[in-house]
Amino acid sequence: MAPLPLQIINLCAALMLLLSFAMLSQRRVLTLVDLFALQGLVLSISIGVVAWNTGQPHLYYSAGLTFVLKVVALPLILHRLIRRLDARWESETLLNIPTTLMAGLLLVMFSFALAQPISELATTLTRGTLGIALAVVMLAFLMMITRRKAVTQVVGFLAMENGLFFAATSATYGMPMVVELGVALDVLVGTVILGIFFFHIREQFDSLDLSHMESLKED
Amino acid sequence: MMTGYPTELIAVTALGCGWLLIGLLALARPHSVSWVARGLFPLGALAGIVLTGLALAALHHSAQTLVLPLGLPQLPLHLRLDALSAVFLLLIGATSAGISMFAAGYFRTGEGTAPGLLALQYHLFLASMLFVVLADDAFSFMIAWESMALSSYFLVTSQHRIAEIRRAGFLYLLMAHLGAVGILLCFGVLQGGSWQFSFAALRAAHLTPLWASIAFFLALLGFGTKAGLVPLHVWLPEAHPAAPSPVSALMSGVMLEIAVYGLLRVSLDLLHAQVWWWGLAALGLGLLTALYGVMFAAVQTDMKRLLAYSSIENIGIIFLGFGLTVVFQAFRMPVLAALALAATLYHCLNHAFAKSLLFLGTGSVLHATGERNFGRLGGLIHRMPWVAWLVLAGTLAIAGLPPLNGFVSEWLLLQSFLFTPTIPHDFINMLLPLGAAGLVLAAALSGYVMVKFYGIVFLGQPREARLAQARDCGRLERLGLLWLAAGCVFLGLIPVQMLALFSRVTEELLGASLGTLSQHWWLLAPLSAQRASYSPVAFMFSIVAFVALTLLTVRLLYHGRVRRAAPWGCGGSSLTPRMQDTSEGFGQPIRQIFEPFFRLQRELPTPLERAPHYRVQVEDRFWFWLYAPAAALVQRIARLASVVQQGRISVYLLYSFLTLMALLVLVL
Repeated sequence: MAPLPLQIINLCAALMLLLSFAMLSQRRVLTLVDLFALQGLVLSISIGVVAWNTGQPHLYYSAGLTFVLKVVALPLILHRLIRRLDARWESETLLNIPTTLMAGLLLVMFSFALAQPISELATTLTRGTLGIALAVVMLAFLMMITRRKAVTQVVGFLAMENGLFFAATSATYGMPMVVELGVALDVLVGTVILGIFFFHIREQFDSLDLSHMESLKED
Repeated sequence: MMTGYPTELIAVTALGCGWLLIGLLALARPHSVSWVARGLFPLGALAGIVLTGLALAALHHSAQTLVLPLGLPQLPLHLRLDALSAVFLLLIGATSAGISMFAAGYFRTGEGTAPGLLALQYHLFLASMLFVVLADDAFSFMIAWESMALSSYFLVTSQHRIAEIRRAGFLYLLMAHLGAVGILLCFGVLQGGSWQFSFAALRAAHLTPLWASIAFFLALLGFGTKAGLVPLHVWLPEAHPAAPSPVSALMSGVMLEIAVYGLLRVSLDLLHAQVWWWGLAALGLGLLTALYGVMFAAVQTDMKRLLAYSSIENIGIIFLGFGLTVVFQAFRMPVLAALALAATLYHCLNHAFAKSLLFLGTGSVLHATGERNFGRLGGLIHRMPWVAWLVLAGTLAIAGLPPLNGFVSEWLLLQSFLFTPTIPHDFINMLLPLGAAGLVLAAALSGYVMVKFYGIVFLGQPREARLAQARDCGRLERLGLLWLAAGCVFLGLIPVQMLALFSRVTEELLGASLGTLSQHWWLLAPLSAQRASYSPVAFMFSIVAFVALTLLTVRLLYHGRVRRAAPWGCGGSSLTPRMQDTSEGFGQPIRQIFEPFFRLQRELPTPLERAPHYRVQVEDRFWFWLYAPAAALVQRIARLASVVQQGRISVYLLYSFLTLMALLVLVL
């Protein structure tokens, strides 16, 4: 029987993977953002548990930062954006949902295979969850590839960042504080800039559907 | 004799920085012609004269080195001043003094780039050439080399509002980059696994014959591109007409020679393994270049294009001499190698003076008449006597007539060719006399080209009425032309002393001196007086005496009976300017004889036309053989790349996703 903190962390990892799949299958954009916020919450809990278990104070900051940014700030910004842009529904995905889920399954297997050798090298308590962290990154990437709307792409990008954070905590107990702060700022600024882009894209094409941007290609 | 403290090197370095400073000072009042042209350019010319003196002083000392703690960490700038550098510093200093003086009077307002910016680029160009010559490690060499290329690019495109000039500039930049890649790779090969890039380390590196050959040919490619070796010459006839005249003069007279310096430095100093067929390759390419250049020069109708092709010819002669040096050195005949090298260096110096003079003269004509086309010039000797007489010295020097400098170097080169039968190799023995014959052909044709250049522009009758308004050049321009013309005459009169200077270079590079040149200061007799000797002073005196005698006789016999008629009119007056020989007509025999070399496009009038016109266009075959296919190939590859360019974001994301997966699989 593994110790309690490890069990909690494993549970969190499983929840994150589940939420990733949920996001992959979700076509309503507002729900997607809620799922993203939930994933952020799970992430911050798991970081908190790791912090409590290893007694590293900077991980507490990291957990707090994740909570503030990914559970509160970014979902709020995204909600407002979606309401203002009136982009509640994702249009038809490029791949239908069941096929996407199957591809996701394959990706999870792939990332577990990849994580195997690293996990053996790592000395941390949480090394078993590295495969899940990689899978979260890949699933988010897959979501970006298969969706058409600009807002969904941003959510996918942020979810990928969640996966990276999780990978960092599970492999090495988190990145240095400076890096985390930098990444957090990048994500915030990136979202704001992308928000501005949304308005420009909609102004230009009367839609947030990215397939319209194919006309920009030069022959 | 100073050995320890590098006085001259420090002074030369300071001078280079001084040029940079002059360039920066020009930015203080960039639009004021009086500040930039009348104030700063003469200062730059003065620095050139000082540089000449310093180089002469440095030739009498042993090599000096200096390490400046500048640049990247652990990569300080190494500088070195030895005899080879000193000869080329002499060239830069002496030639640029005349050009800068001319430029002081030449630049006016309202021509493309602001004068201050032009002055900055001009002096940066000068300073970077100086540092190319001083550089003693591959990094500082490349930095100086590239800033030379870039500053000259901006100088070429100073009239950037004209699309044709922008195109010429692009071609130049492209070729400059190609050459730089060659040189960079050459240094990469030269280090031979030690990863030390100071020239001392490159000198010490041991290369297998194969790698040494690769390094040599990379250097030939890199420096040949800059020098204009056929078939890498295409940028010259485009870039020279595009640039302002002092810049053309500097590029043709100095920069091409700097490329020769680079080749000499790499192949004779850094690479010691000498292989005879390297020399043969350089010799063959040089011969091809010389003949190709002079043939095309003969059929040009634009003054500057003609001069550009003539530069290609002279570079060919220089490469010929270089190839001969390598052949002699490979067969362990150091004294003959030294003679060939001295002739090569001499020709560099001569070409620098004479070609700058001609380009500057072209600039004066261009300013006075607004015309570069031979078909609309003529008879300018009466309107612009200063320019005409000074340019005459340059044309005679390029044509290789005694007692001017061009003759001496070509004569010396031929002399060294005459010793080739002593080479212990049958094949080369048979081949090299052909090279000598080719050299003589090129020299003779260059005489033809110069007759065309001078005769069409300055002699005969003006082909356009407005040429009567042409004014002679100003005082500063005159001074610059006079300096260069005097250099042409002076260099022709002191061959013994010049060879004594070059002897220091040959001692350093080849281990042989030209010590036993002559017993007399006025008699040039390479190797032995029994074989051949030449006394320029005696030549000059007899020429002067003949001319004076003729003039005197004419004056005495025909006193008071002189009647002026139109030139070439045979005493009659029925000859109109349109009946004179044109540049096309003058070049026609060459076009006819060497027709297979040209790509001709002719438009002949039919007998029934009311307004008949005749047009002939001569194009470079290499352009269609080599460059057009290369450009087409690049286009095709680029189109292949556009297949992946879908324009759909999800596809792009898929690309990065697949890349990520591939990398992960590869790493783990």
